[in-house]
Amino acid sequence: MTLTLVGLSHHVAPVTLRERVTLDLETAGRLARSLGDAVCLSTCNRTELYLDGVDEAEAVAALERVAGEALDGVLYRLHEDAAALHLFRVAAGLDSLVPGEAEILGQVRAACEAADPGPRLGHVFRQAVVVGKRVRTQTSIGESPASVSSAAAALAAQVFGDLKGRHVLLIGAGRIGELAAANLASRGATIAYIANRTVDTARELAQRFGGQAIALSEVPARLADVDVVLSSTSAPEPILSAADVPSRHRAPLFFIDIAVPRDLDPAIGKIDGCFLYDIDDLEAVVAETLELRRAEATHAEQLVADEAERFRSWRASLDVVPAIASLRARAEEIRTSELAKVDRRMSDDALRTLESVTSQILNKLLHLPTIRMKEAAVTADGAEYADAVRYLFGLEEETP
Amino acid sequence: MVEAFFWPALLGYGEAAFAYATVRTSRAATWGVRLGWLAQTALLAAQVVGTDGFPWSSWAGTLNLFVWFLVGTYLIWGCRPRFRLLGLAVMPLAVTLFVVARIGGGTNSRVSHYGDLFLVLHVGMLTAAFAGFTLAAGLAALYLWQEHRLKGRAPDILRMRLPPLASLEFLAWRTILVSLPLLTLGLAIGVIRQRRDGGTFDQRELLTLFAWILYGGFLAARPTGRRAACLALGGFALVVIARVALAGSHFT
Repeated sequence: MTLTLVGLSHHVAPVTLRERVTLDLETAGRLARSLGDAVCLSTCNRTELYLDGVDEAEAVAALERVAGEALDGVLYRLHEDAAALHLFRVAAGLDSLVPGEAEILGQVRAACEAADPGPRLGHVFRQAVVVGKRVRTQTSIGESPASVSSAAAALAAQVFGDLKGRHVLLIGAGRIGELAAANLASRGATIAYIANRTVDTARELAQRFGGQAIALSEVPARLADVDVVLSSTSAPEPILSAADVPSRHRAPLFFIDIAVPRDLDPAIGKIDGCFLYDIDDLEAVVAETLELRRAEATHAEQLVADEAERFRSWRASLDVVPAIASLRARAEEIRTSELAKVDRRMSDDALRTLESVTSQILNKLLHLPTIRMKEAAVTADGAEYADAVRYLFGLEEETP
Repeated sequence: MVEAFFWPALLGYGEAAFAYATVRTSRAATWGVRLGWLAQTALLAAQVVGTDGFPWSSWAGTLNLFVWFLVGTYLIWGCRPRFRLLGLAVMPLAVTLFVVARIGGGTNSRVSHYGDLFLVLHVGMLTAAFAGFTLAAGLAALYLWQEHRLKGRAPDILRMRLPPLASLEFLAWRTILVSLPLLTLGLAIGVIRQRRDGGTFDQRELLTLFAWILYGGFLAARPTGRRAACLALGGFALVVIARVALAGSHFT
């Protein structure tokens, strides 16, 4: 196996270049198949070609055709163990912009499925998916939110648990508020009301979320019907004061204020049953969780290194496996042909006994050489041992 | 035989008390709770087999039984990775009480002071109910702490995660819902026996009755939020006073 990686990522290429080489899954799969035994992993942060036995120059030329320009200076090239280690780090989210982000694992799996590579490259990608899963289950690298909007949703979940069935009032129909609302909706919350100075703008967003558009003046009256209030307008004055908030004896009310200047009166946070987080609070929470991710990354790197070591052993064993298979096939061929010479002169019972005894002799005889060759494969001597076996036993096998 | 089960149980509980400290080892902690509880169950069974009657009639024996109920209730309600910090509160307490029970001779007692089925049921049910109230108090304390952190906008709120407020509130309520019938039955049996033997109503019974009224009111009114947590802790304080401050058997 000759594993090669050619690609570019957010580490070396600016977004203006990355966006030109970003391919959808289908196009990436087609590109990979056109090269031969290859997989093309293309996300917003990277486009990488993993190749087994494919000419590297051909892959570079393919990427340059997609980019529409020469990519000298931004492309990185890795080979064999280094390429596998890189893929494992990518799948584990350790090479991502935000360490431990989970989306990349699905993208690695999808890229492999779209390209339908040969068995050896497929094995490397399956191993990458396994290590990605191990990192997520055995470390807490991906448990904490990495953005303000996901932190807001995670904090709401700290109050309510499951957000399914919880109602959200979104104040302001801007892009940032929409993102935060989408994050809450992805956790099962219902975006019940969208309030905006211009109700028509709110109506467009309400249609997307299946909620109801209301005017800003209606907000205080709706507070009794919702569990989460998310505000992100560009209003110069506070939109909601503590006096507007109804008494919450039986159910908490969670306020998220991501507007600057703030939309919500800070005194709201002092009301019994009400919790208020502004943009500074959310950024402080994200800073803490990113710190946690970085700390967990050390443990994750160890898991990835272990998997890379397993890959090295597996790849080394590929040198001797064909020789072992040929040796066993040759021995079996001799055994079968010798048995054929005597089978007419023996009873069925005796023949069965002879079959069993000769099989056992072969297995016992070949067991130790097989083990020794696999052990040698991990060291640099593997290929020499395989050649020696081929020479001594006169074996001819097809190179896979 | 009894001795052979004490150490594995203590080892399991002890391991859990430490292993709950980190996320990575919390799964091992859960196994420590499970295996420790099984070992303690075997210990209690061995005590039953070796004793003619109720083997936990001494204060130390009752403590041994209390630990078993406490850990058992925790296993049912709260033994989940997300409730790691609840384990960190419950298991050190369980270990301490278990060791105290051992020092007091409650884990190897083979002498029964109760020859009366009424007393056995009375003590057994009250101990189970108190274990439930202890866990409910733990959940309520966690609720107040979590609420304080959320109100105070602690930056590490997602780094050191407690269970959601709604879960803590619901679990405390459910634990009290299960424990109160046990307290009711235990009290009723005690009163019946007292009438039969002509005993008098003492301070411990009075406090336990107050606790019953408080928990009954809690279930009837089903308060929420901080008020519910404070009530659960108030009820537990009455239970502790009844059990500890007014220590000593009121049975004859």
